Amino acid sequence: MEGDLAHIGAGLAAIGSGAAAIGVGNVAGNYLAGALRNPSAAASQTATLFIGIAFAEALGIFAFLVSLLLMFAV
Amino acid sequence: MATEANGHSEGGLVFHPMDQFIVKPLFGDGAVGMFTFTNVALWLLLAVACVVALMVLGTSKRATVPTRVQSIAELAYGFVYKMVEDVTGKDAVKYFPYIFTLFIFIAFSNFLALIPTSFSPTSHIAITAILGFGVFIAVTALGFIKNGASFLGLFWVSSAPLALRPILAVIELISYFVRPVSHSIRLAGNIMAGHAVLKVFAGFAAITAVAPLSILGITAIYALEVLVAFIQAYVFTILTCVYLKDALHPSH
Amino acid sequence: MATETTGTASACVGPDGSAIGMPQLCADWMPNQIFWLLIALIAIYFVLSRIALPRIASVLAERQGTITNDLAAAEDLKHKAVEAEEAYNKALADARAEAHAIIAKNKAEMQAELDKAIAKADAEIAAKAAESEKAISEIRASAVQSVEAVAKDTAGSIVAAVGGQADDAAVAAAVDAQMKG
Repeated sequence: MEGDLAHIGAGLAAIGSGAAAIGVGNVAGNYLAGALRNPSAAASQTATLFIGIAFAEALGIFAFLVSLLLMFAV
Repeated sequence: MATEANGHSEGGLVFHPMDQFIVKPLFGDGAVGMFTFTNVALWLLLAVACVVALMVLGTSKRATVPTRVQSIAELAYGFVYKMVEDVTGKDAVKYFPYIFTLFIFIAFSNFLALIPTSFSPTSHIAITAILGFGVFIAVTALGFIKNGASFLGLFWVSSAPLALRPILAVIELISYFVRPVSHSIRLAGNIMAGHAVLKVFAGFAAITAVAPLSILGITAIYALEVLVAFIQAYVFTILTCVYLKDALHPSH
Repeated sequence: MATETTGTASACVGPDGSAIGMPQLCADWMPNQIFWLLIALIAIYFVLSRIALPRIASVLAERQGTITNDLAAAEDLKHKAVEAEEAYNKALADARAEAHAIIAKNKAEMQAELDKAIAKADAEIAAKAAESEKAISEIRASAVQSVEAVAKDTAGSIVAAVGGQADDAAVAAAVDAQMKG
């Protein structure tokens, strides 16, 4: 088949989604740990939490995009 | 090879995860020109109609004790207003209508896209790129208008050691120009990924043995997508606020 | 270009109706998407900034005003209630003081009358006592006189019985001398 290498590349790129998952888990977990230590400060930091999650997740989305491009556009 | 990967069947399974994003004209079968009334146009205008229904018709009574629809509209207003005020500062309140437009448009596009067989405009990079680069250009122009050349101080990290500053400036510059790209691709990628995953799960439903699991998976992913639809609108808006803050107060 | 399509809707769609590559990257469709997006955004912006947002802002401000007014009215009523309570307490205290005054006055009047009555009674008693005293002294005087007369008569009779010639004057003098002694 013609597209074999591209498919392998797409699969490899999809590993990036798992890495992004680790990143997002890190952000959320640390937020939760901090929030349990100081619950009164938690509410003021939810915006920061979402920004952090968004930045971490964006890189996973990039990996996903690379995978999609390899699958459909190359 | 693309066609092969795309529409092809292996053991009875048919995956067309990308077909839901095809733009087609709604009247006639012709080409898609600039002004053709396509499914993109339909769902964008539906989003506009929903915004009008919520924000104008819902509040038409101006009730002091709000009805349900009016309280949703007020909730959205208060939510974005507080976000602008908290993140960007009190002097940015005059940009509130623009930011609110972005928020309500993205939120409604995302939610409408969750209706089965609908079309999701925000999954298209062309559309989110206009939104993202629009924010980027507006914010950059605003930064130079408000602060003049001192806006470039954003890239010159004065708290770092002198030797590191040029390197940091390059990094800051790159990250500044990556902003609109990540800003737009984050939204499109999230929505596209969610909808493609839904389609893939739906494809598995063709096998009878896996069908219950597949339906369960679709339900779970759908719930996640409802959450993502809101969170992406929120994230896009709050990042716009953050960029706006950088433009208005570059020295931080 | 859009004009190059053959039969199907666009160059990005295969003959079987499924997408060729990613529909998101199909350049043919982008002008259309961008055009409608701009229309939608401008429509939303004008609807929001001209109608919806000012209206919601005014509704929120009005509600804030109503709440403030209601709170002020409630505060007012509370003040009034406190004032009414104070007035009531004052009236109660006044009434009590008046009652006390009346009681004191009545008591004083009664005391005065009582004193007067007692004084009158005392005076009457004193008068009666004086009268009695006088009567007693008169009685006593008349008794003494009677005794004197009886004594003189008796003395004269005794003297006559003894055989002597009683001189009235001498007898009287002798009786007087005896009675004085």
